[in-house]
Amino acid sequence: MILAILSGFVLAGCTPFISKFIKGKGSLLLPILPFGLFVYFFSFLKEIGEGQTFRFNYDWVPSYGINFGFHLDGLAILFALLITGVGTLVFTYTTSYLKGHHYLDRFYGYLSMFMASMLGLVLSDNIITLFIFWELTSISSFFLIGFNNDDPKSRKSALLALSITGLGGLFLLAGMVLLGYIGGSYQFQELLSQSTFIKEHTSYGWIVGLIFIGAFTKSAQFPFHFWLPGAMKAPTPVSTYLHSATMVKAGIYLLARFTPLLGGSAEWNTTLILVGSITMVYAAIHSVLRIDMKGILAYSTISALGILVFLIGLGTEASLLAAGVFILVHALYKATLFLITGIVDHETGTRDVTVLSGLSKVLMPVAIAAGLAALSNAGAPPFFGFIGKDLIYEATLAYGDWAMVLTIAAVVTNVCLLFAGLLAGVKPFVGSLPSNFTSLHLPHPTMWIPPLILAGLGLVFGLFPSLVEGLIVQPVFSSMVIDGAPVHIKLWHGFNLVLGLSLLTLTLGVILYMIVKPSSSLFSKTLKFEMIAPQTLFEIFGKFFNAFARFWTGLFQNGYLRNYVITILGFLTILLAYRLYQGVNLYIDTKQLTALTIYEVIVALMMIVAIVFTVFSRSRLVAVASLGVMGYTICLIFLFYSAPDLAMTQFSIDTLTVILFVLVIYNLPKYKNFSSKAVRIRDGILSVFFGSLIAILTLEVLSEPLNRETSIFYAESAYLLAKGKNVVNVILVDFRGFDTMVEITVLVIAAIGVFSLLKLRLKSIEKE
Amino acid sequence: MKTLIFKTASTYLLPLLVLFSVFILLRGHYLPGGGFVGGLIASIAFVIHSFANGLEQTKNLIKFHPGFLMPVGLCIALISGAAPLFIEQSFMTGLWFENPIPVIGMVGSALFFDAGVYLVVIGVTLTIIFTISETL
Repeated sequence: MILAILSGFVLAGCTPFISKFIKGKGSLLLPILPFGLFVYFFSFLKEIGEGQTFRFNYDWVPSYGINFGFHLDGLAILFALLITGVGTLVFTYTTSYLKGHHYLDRFYGYLSMFMASMLGLVLSDNIITLFIFWELTSISSFFLIGFNNDDPKSRKSALLALSITGLGGLFLLAGMVLLGYIGGSYQFQELLSQSTFIKEHTSYGWIVGLIFIGAFTKSAQFPFHFWLPGAMKAPTPVSTYLHSATMVKAGIYLLARFTPLLGGSAEWNTTLILVGSITMVYAAIHSVLRIDMKGILAYSTISALGILVFLIGLGTEASLLAAGVFILVHALYKATLFLITGIVDHETGTRDVTVLSGLSKVLMPVAIAAGLAALSNAGAPPFFGFIGKDLIYEATLAYGDWAMVLTIAAVVTNVCLLFAGLLAGVKPFVGSLPSNFTSLHLPHPTMWIPPLILAGLGLVFGLFPSLVEGLIVQPVFSSMVIDGAPVHIKLWHGFNLVLGLSLLTLTLGVILYMIVKPSSSLFSKTLKFEMIAPQTLFEIFGKFFNAFARFWTGLFQNGYLRNYVITILGFLTILLAYRLYQGVNLYIDTKQLTALTIYEVIVALMMIVAIVFTVFSRSRLVAVASLGVMGYTICLIFLFYSAPDLAMTQFSIDTLTVILFVLVIYNLPKYKNFSSKAVRIRDGILSVFFGSLIAILTLEVLSEPLNRETSIFYAESAYLLAKGKNVVNVILVDFRGFDTMVEITVLVIAAIGVFSLLKLRLKSIEKE
Repeated sequence: MKTLIFKTASTYLLPLLVLFSVFILLRGHYLPGGGFVGGLIASIAFVIHSFANGLEQTKNLIKFHPGFLMPVGLCIALISGAAPLFIEQSFMTGLWFENPIPVIGMVGSALFFDAGVYLVVIGVTLTIIFTISETL
């Protein structure tokens, strides 16, 4: 299992080495990976249909309870099949779509990385690894959206998508950690048994809120929806993959997954219904006003995601069933429409629906796929979309007092979506063919077969719902609803209100399509509201954030060493002073003190003289030399108290420090005052304060009872365990050898820093 | 500072101090000393030489940039730490040859580790001091 998930990362890691191969014929071999994974997951389908689930556990950080726990149940397998299935088709499609592209190898690298992250996300049982894969999808989608990296708009969209989803990711992490802390486990299946306890906990609201922000940002819910239309700057295969079946569905997956654990409360349901319904209506209306095929599809995707959030929010068995089916319905028709948009764009060079028409005469198979997808989207019988739409209406109609309002919202949304589907799937293919398109010819089969397969499945599943009922829909339903009644989906429900609503939707949608002609004037009307759009607000926030960061950095990181030292010392002084203010127990046990020896007196006197010289000398060289004397006297103290190793090291270090100082100071102008008197007094006061605080601290440490356990252990075991008699050295190279290893690495980094800073500056001066 | 006495003395001091630093490095496991101090002493030896004869002379003497000692030292330390992994012991387990080698004494992985530290310290110190005295 872990191999299946990581294989995408492995392939991504290999792409730089086989780039020539990929750019040649080799790209045709790449779809084998997702297809292999698809077959692998497909082989589990039968057992899962019978109600089994699979667990796979691999230890990672067992001490923190973080492991690679994978859980394969209905919900996970639905997503895994979508990811690998649509992945196979997208991989195939790309071989022609981006044929000969300069960065084709990179593209496949990003794509397989994304696929692997998505698989990890839906299969993870541990909520921390789930979060890690969640972030990996954000990062890999950033690369995919910004794939056309020489286009500034594309880069901006990628950054916007990353910042929104990344922001949500942070909230999600907080939510997960809180959940794990309260539930006492990071394993989802273990948390599930704590469900009632978590729901009654005082922090429940926080957990739900944090997880919601994560899910809403990822799944482009209002008011975080605006990154998704921008992400359409990506090549079409990416849009297909990210926005039909995977990336944006991650939020939906999260909500569906957490429904049995956190769902069912008023906070959960009301928020989801509210956000979901606002999103679905708002985005559906927007999709009507667009003229770019991708723009239409983007907003209809947001709207569909709104529907899913809304259905999960309703939380009834009927609505969760509808959500499960709609995920599949939407993935099938939306992926088809995106792929078709790609073909149209690829062949004609435009995606403007006001220009495109009559393409069925030259792109027949594409037109068939588009028609099938548009019909499934429209919810026309006998397509799978019809079943999906019926289930949605059934769910809203059964929802108590609010049934009326919710149903109207659903109908409005569906009418607009139907219109959008017709606009993108039918409009470009009917009517008369403009003369400049007559010379078009059908692209390579690797491009038009994938949409045809997806659209065909939409029809097949509609005609024979039993194909998916037992194998997929039932397990998906059982992983969202524990102990639910067995589900049954069918095409024909008899004459009832639901059928009436379906027909009403169809009629209204077709009428709308007849009346409203897409035009750029309609679209320009929406631009007036740009001022108060969430995107504008977000950008203002971003600018403010940047300005603040610049101000803050300028304040603290101003490049003057003295300011850094003042900040550090001042902060420490305040912190320590506050601690000491709270009460300090100072006393010196005079009985324990040994008599003063003559050496100690002499050394102390030397120190005082050295300090006075350092501070008051007018010559810098004298100051540095007296600082050296100061260091040597400390060496003497170490020697008296039997620490020869320390003394030796201190002696060499002090020698080198003096040399370094002399080297630097030698080049400064002599007898020039760089600081005013006021500054010197301020620095003096600060140093006196800091010095006395350290002295008090030292005394306080002395008055604490001493724990000698560690030093006794080292002293006793140095020879026995490490065959050394010099304890200090044994600690350095053996007991704490790892620390030393890291320390010398830090030293090397520091040296490289000094070297590159000085040498680079020299080079830039030489250039001038 | 290019006085005759200092110059003459430094030519004798350099080999003596470097020998002394190696001595300090080798005795480290039993008596005061070790790679860190040894490295510092060796670098002081070279710094003294450069002060007396000029930086160029010292550089010619060393033949290569002292910075190259840093990766070499790091590698030695890392290899001596990783060596126990090959005989299925955990990282940084102390390994020792059974019999002492004349003059040097007991030899074990800790000694190699210390030698790595020694080289890194020489590399770091000389790189920093040489760079600063060159550029300023």
